[in-house]
Amino acid sequence: MRRTILKCAAALVASGWMELALAAPAVVAETQKQPLNIHAIVMFFIFVSGTLGITYWAAKRTKSASDYYAAGGGITGTQNGLAIAGDYMSAATLLGLTSLVYAKGFDGFIYCICFYVGWPVILFLMAERLRNLGKFTFADITSYRLDQTQVRTMAAVGSLTVVIFYLIAQMVGAGQLIKLLFGLEYWMAVVIVGVLMVIYVTFGGMIATTWVQIIKAVLLLCGGTLVMLLAVSRFGFSFETLATKAVAASPEGIKIMAPGTLLADPVTAVSLSLGLMFGTAGLPHILMRFFTVPDAKAARKSVFVATFCVGFFFCVVALMGLAAIVIVGQDPAYFEGGKIGGKMIGGGNMPAMHLAQAVGGNLLLGFLAAVAFATILAVVSGLALAGATAISHDIYANVIKKGKASEADEVRVSKLASLGLGVLAVLLGIVFEKQNIAFLVGLTFGIAASCNFPVLILSMYWKGLTTKGAVWGGIAGLVAAVAIVVCSKAVWVTVLGNPKPLFPYEQPAIFSMPLAFFVCWLVSTLDRSARAAKEKLAFEDQYVRAQTGFGATGAAAH
Amino acid sequence: MSTAVYERIRRNPKFDELVARRSRFAWTLSAIVLGIYFTFIMVVAFNPKLLATPIASGATTTVAIPIGVGMVLLFWLLTGVYIRRANRDFDVLNSEILKEAMK
Repeated sequence: MRRTILKCAAALVASGWMELALAAPAVVAETQKQPLNIHAIVMFFIFVSGTLGITYWAAKRTKSASDYYAAGGGITGTQNGLAIAGDYMSAATLLGLTSLVYAKGFDGFIYCICFYVGWPVILFLMAERLRNLGKFTFADITSYRLDQTQVRTMAAVGSLTVVIFYLIAQMVGAGQLIKLLFGLEYWMAVVIVGVLMVIYVTFGGMIATTWVQIIKAVLLLCGGTLVMLLAVSRFGFSFETLATKAVAASPEGIKIMAPGTLLADPVTAVSLSLGLMFGTAGLPHILMRFFTVPDAKAARKSVFVATFCVGFFFCVVALMGLAAIVIVGQDPAYFEGGKIGGKMIGGGNMPAMHLAQAVGGNLLLGFLAAVAFATILAVVSGLALAGATAISHDIYANVIKKGKASEADEVRVSKLASLGLGVLAVLLGIVFEKQNIAFLVGLTFGIAASCNFPVLILSMYWKGLTTKGAVWGGIAGLVAAVAIVVCSKAVWVTVLGNPKPLFPYEQPAIFSMPLAFFVCWLVSTLDRSARAAKEKLAFEDQYVRAQTGFGATGAAAH
Repeated sequence: MSTAVYERIRRNPKFDELVARRSRFAWTLSAIVLGIYFTFIMVVAFNPKLLATPIASGATTTVAIPIGVGMVLLFWLLTGVYIRRANRDFDVLNSEILKEAMK
């Protein structure tokens, strides 16, 4: 019995960032198949029809490789901001963070702040340079003046590793979620997600993927805000009233109003912060978004809009969680056997959904459930496109064909790659159904922060970075992040069944990220080859382009 | 040809000015965000009691709430501050540099 709970919990938790929710034992949830939810299915069907229409429209507009990978650089700053926010706000944000606030109060909000704080820093230090230097993938930037074959291959491996792990987590999450919200079978969800994802990406490329993301972001923001407003209206829109009633209703009492035990260990707190902050800046599907806007100015605006949406949504989620303590937590209808404080119907990740039902009836519940599923669909599409681009643009066109592939061939390879990734994702989603995969999300962010991010930031900021330094540094970060996660409790004990973890901390970033930087620096400094000298010299031109945008792809300066 | 243009841009004193001003501004804002954020995380880790103080005597709401929401708001406003400055100053300087380099 305990194994079943663990297994199901892990699977649900795996959808996006729900890994965090696992940190709080009270949040660990079990998913059971719920009765068929017709409202949700109808609304999801409307969403799918709409987005397929957009895909058809996008397919007609997608002619060149630039259209396919980067929407021809024709996305506006505001549109891209919404799309970035969409990539960032997963179903786990809605369900996992609401339930975390529901169970732990302010601790849940601390997690929200951790997710949020990377955005301003990305704007100040990266956004403009990314746009000025990049074309289709972040490997375009890291290999700008370094060896195309080696550095690009490493960046592509880093991207694909992140994409595949993240895809598995999202697939398993989708399967669990659909059981929970729609009352359908696990495998159906995985297949539906896989098929739709391949259709969006193969036919519509970046244009369709971006619009799916924008629509979903708007739906998620509106749905969440509506539920929050209806819920808060019951407290006369007074935070003090809401807080007082929540404290009275919560088993944790007054403790929900201040930090508790969730981040009590400073090493974990800092490591988690670093991983979330810089992992975000190393996620290939997020980085790709910076290449879809026309210039650096639009790139800046995207981050401004995205930061607003993400920050606003986290506040909405926190209020939902707090209101759910009173509205859901005291209503026997939402607990099994009508026992308040017992097991919540559908499991611990359900407060957001129950709250929607409590304040807006089955229609609002159906809407929110459809939005949650649409969210997963949008996130996997972004991932699949990023993975397919790494395969076609980086590996096929630039490593294998040495930049001599025709655009049409490159796009064809990309479409085949997205089909391949879709099949792989469905298979892995089904294989991993009963596996404990909670570690995957931590691993994904760890790799992004330790392998992709250090090489990317150094290639933009440090003249001295050489090919050898970038390759060895990236490998060191990748290996360290994987090794730490494997030796930590999440894999060594929970998955492999050993009694004690080899390594006491679960968050790798605080160790693996500095290691990657150190190795990049050390190897680059020791690299006295002629090529290294040439690469250092080439930094000058790259630096001017990064700063001024002169020569940037699609820039008006020509 | 583009290398020659890059060379010309690099030799323009305005380029140094742009880089210096923009870098100083971006790093200052980053330091503010990171400083506030990691101070907050350290308080959470070492002295969480501090955040449990009620905002007024008899109130249930603690100072943790306005501090948390305030951080979210402040960080967003700082992105706005950066963009305003970039649109008004840096972009103007940047386009001057590009124009002079293309002459």
